[in-house]
Amino acid sequence: MRNAVGREIPDYLLTNGREVYQGKNYKDGQYIKKASPTVRRGEKPVEDKLCQTIREACEKCGAHDGMTFSFHTEFRDGDYVASMVCKVLVEEMGLKDLHVAATSLGSAQDIFADYMEQGIIVEAQTSGVRGRIGEVISAGKLKNPAIIRSHGGRPRAVEAGEVHIDIAFLAAATSDCCGNAKGTGGKNNCGSMGFANHDSHYADHTVIITDTLVPFPNLPSSISCIDVDAVCVVEAIGDPKKIATKEARMTDNPRELMMAENVAKVIAATPYFKDGFSFQTGVGGPSLAVNRFLEEHMRKQNIKMSFALGGTSSAICALQDKGLVDYILDTQDFDQGAAAHLFTNPHHVEIDLSEYANAANKGAYVNKLDYVVLSALEVDTKFNVNVITGSDGVLRGAPGGHPDTAAGSKCCIIVTPLTRGRMATVCKDVVTVTTPGDCVDVLVTDYGIAVNPARQDIIECLDQAGIKHVAIESLQEKAYSLVGEPEPLQWEDQVVAIVEARDGTILDVVKKVKPFSFE
Amino acid sequence: MLIEKSAMAGTLESSDAQVTVEPAEGLELNIQSSVLNQYGHQIKATILETLNRLEVTAGKVTVIDKGALDCTLKARVECAVFRSCGKSESNIPWGGVIND
Amino acid sequence: MINRPKPDKKRLRRTMMFMNAQKPGLIKDAYIYGSDSIILDLEDAVAENQKDAARFSLYHALKNIDYGDTEVIVRINGLDTPHWQEDVRVCVAGGADGIRIAKCENAQMVRQVEEAVLAAEREFGVEEGRTLLMAALESPMGIMNAYKIVTASDRMLGCAISGGDFRKSMHVQIQRDGVEMMVARGQMLLAARAAGVQCFDTMFPNIDDMEGFKAEVIQNHKMGFDGKSIVNPKQIAFVHETFAPTEKEIAYAEKLVRGCQAQADAGIGVYTVDGKMVDIPFFEDAKRIIALAKACGVYHGDL
Repeated sequence: MRNAVGREIPDYLLTNGREVYQGKNYKDGQYIKKASPTVRRGEKPVEDKLCQTIREACEKCGAHDGMTFSFHTEFRDGDYVASMVCKVLVEEMGLKDLHVAATSLGSAQDIFADYMEQGIIVEAQTSGVRGRIGEVISAGKLKNPAIIRSHGGRPRAVEAGEVHIDIAFLAAATSDCCGNAKGTGGKNNCGSMGFANHDSHYADHTVIITDTLVPFPNLPSSISCIDVDAVCVVEAIGDPKKIATKEARMTDNPRELMMAENVAKVIAATPYFKDGFSFQTGVGGPSLAVNRFLEEHMRKQNIKMSFALGGTSSAICALQDKGLVDYILDTQDFDQGAAAHLFTNPHHVEIDLSEYANAANKGAYVNKLDYVVLSALEVDTKFNVNVITGSDGVLRGAPGGHPDTAAGSKCCIIVTPLTRGRMATVCKDVVTVTTPGDCVDVLVTDYGIAVNPARQDIIECLDQAGIKHVAIESLQEKAYSLVGEPEPLQWEDQVVAIVEARDGTILDVVKKVKPFSFE
Repeated sequence: MLIEKSAMAGTLESSDAQVTVEPAEGLELNIQSSVLNQYGHQIKATILETLNRLEVTAGKVTVIDKGALDCTLKARVECAVFRSCGKSESNIPWGGVIND
Repeated sequence: MINRPKPDKKRLRRTMMFMNAQKPGLIKDAYIYGSDSIILDLEDAVAENQKDAARFSLYHALKNIDYGDTEVIVRINGLDTPHWQEDVRVCVAGGADGIRIAKCENAQMVRQVEEAVLAAEREFGVEEGRTLLMAALESPMGIMNAYKIVTASDRMLGCAISGGDFRKSMHVQIQRDGVEMMVARGQMLLAARAAGVQCFDTMFPNIDDMEGFKAEVIQNHKMGFDGKSIVNPKQIAFVHETFAPTEKEIAYAEKLVRGCQAQADAGIGVYTVDGKMVDIPFFEDAKRIIALAKACGVYHGDL
């Protein structure tokens, strides 16, 4: 069946009430029944919940064949815990048919790729797929299609019971002996635990894994001991230096700076840019650099931000320290500076993924967002965005909060270079739709700015401010004139991943790529 | 032109291509590219057209492409071929066999 | 295939941005940053054993990339190298707008390059005289000969001082106030203005020191330079801002131009504005300011 973004979704996937994407806010106002976990009573007083080994904790929590386990990726490329746990489940305990519910999957979990190839991990639900895991899934080696969900889509699916987590293994910088845990104050800190705490409420079992055990009670905490079954102390939970991956660094690339400067101009030209506005940037080079240019406009107009949302960088913390930002609502920290800043200012607070972006609760913070600035692997002339597949069709990206913030915000700005090497970023049709075009308002490239024709109000604002803009088709034509028109990718029939819209409908599917041949 | 000795031009940087030519009996072409799925046929056509223009009928040509545009591919192939004949430094036939 | 319009000796050149001609990722769209001219470099930026490869890249870039209104100048290797003659051939064959002569010491060097350019224009069927020249003065001798250099050929669009080499030959270091090159800059400016050509300051080497850069640009503007060599796109905006005429200057220039034109149309030979007599150079300068204001995008009147 063809969905609202023109993608053909195979009928065999449309079972158990699954629908295709029908446009944004399609499910607004509907009632839902929340799922609940089955938890073990801890009525009898105990000294502590400490386990000597991860295996002991797994056994205590009834780890079994076919179970779903989850973990968070606040340590990004520096995460040790997911691999550590998975190795125990597979190699020590010999479990099979495992289901993974991750906030992301990347190079830190490369070992999962082996287990997928061996048929031990049979299903994966994640908001991002990078590195070797992406190649393995794209090659059709995971038994069931992977499910790609946004940061808001994940807690929605958990609350709806579509994902039932048997055991959540949650890395924490500090914990006490009963499981009051957080992402700060330890040997290795990740800052916000926004990716983790929702799981602790909905998983049947929660295991805290820490490298810094602190005296009871470890308060205030992100995860409460009432949700924790076991605590394990290990040598190290992660390498915080690897949190700031390449894409999370502040750029000095002149092309990216130029685009960032233009994004700030667009923001300053629209009516939401007034005292008390709210704002979020993604982690890509140019979007992160917008922070730098926004300050100038804020000072010129003498206005302040009411809240900055989502992934947090040192840049936004610096703005808060200068008194230009009231609240930072933090789901994850992109660098050590931001992680250290969390809680030091009482208005720099942690929120979980449901509070952040869940479309199925009573109103997430994204709904109060004025501006979001996001990057893209591809944007097409219908303003659909792809952040999950490369131009070769292989999974190598992460929607994260992209679809949620695009849908919730009043003005969603995509910033991307027109071409990357020989890849046309602005194209006729994206390989995979991860954020639908009806949620995207403005595109800023190094070759010019385009506004979604659905947003005549923004077009008028830019005209008034003397900011030049062009039709998105002319950007796409320019891109093709530079790099040539790409040949369409060749696919097999096998679906290797389902891209779920934030409301739970199916936005797109990713199929297995046919290997290229000159014949 | 006759490939007289092995020669190389270009780099493995993004947007560039590294072209190696070596003497051989027939024409042998080997292309690796980071954008093969979308541009493989165009890359091959550009390289063959350039070799044809230079009247190279024999040689082993290896291209490691990192997303180079057509004009870069041409420049790298031409330079590698001219280097293999020891003729790359002066009196290049600009606008002659070196053209679009 | 791109056929560039005939180069204009007097065009606006506030910023001339250096780009390594050997880096495909850089030269493919160097125009997007909006510098008035780009200088594709075959000299210092290109390693000795890659000069040949750089020429092939340059040729195809010139022929295939639409640089639009951005002027494309090529810096060729010095006349004491075995490379410069082939550099001239590829520039002319590719249709570059101009050639920057590195380490220019005297008028004879300009004539030498001019001869090679003319020969190349004839060889490649390019309109004779199309290819412009400019000189980089990098030594005390170059500065002493500045006037002779810029008047050595009709193709000369102007000259630029090149600070790195010049400071070494003067045994000085770069100074915040520019005192180490004050005399040289002044002398070169005098020579250029006397010859009626343009004059450009050296690039500012430390791209992270924006404060130092800004101070130098302001001084350049006050001294009367037409523009500046730059090495990073982030330096462009400030130069363009600084070299744009102020509102007050524009308003006065507009008044002068309108007044003088009306009087010229009425057949009056001696112009007066606000009761004061206006000499011809004032009228000419006012027209220059309006043209500059238009180019900088700060003039929206109908002149």
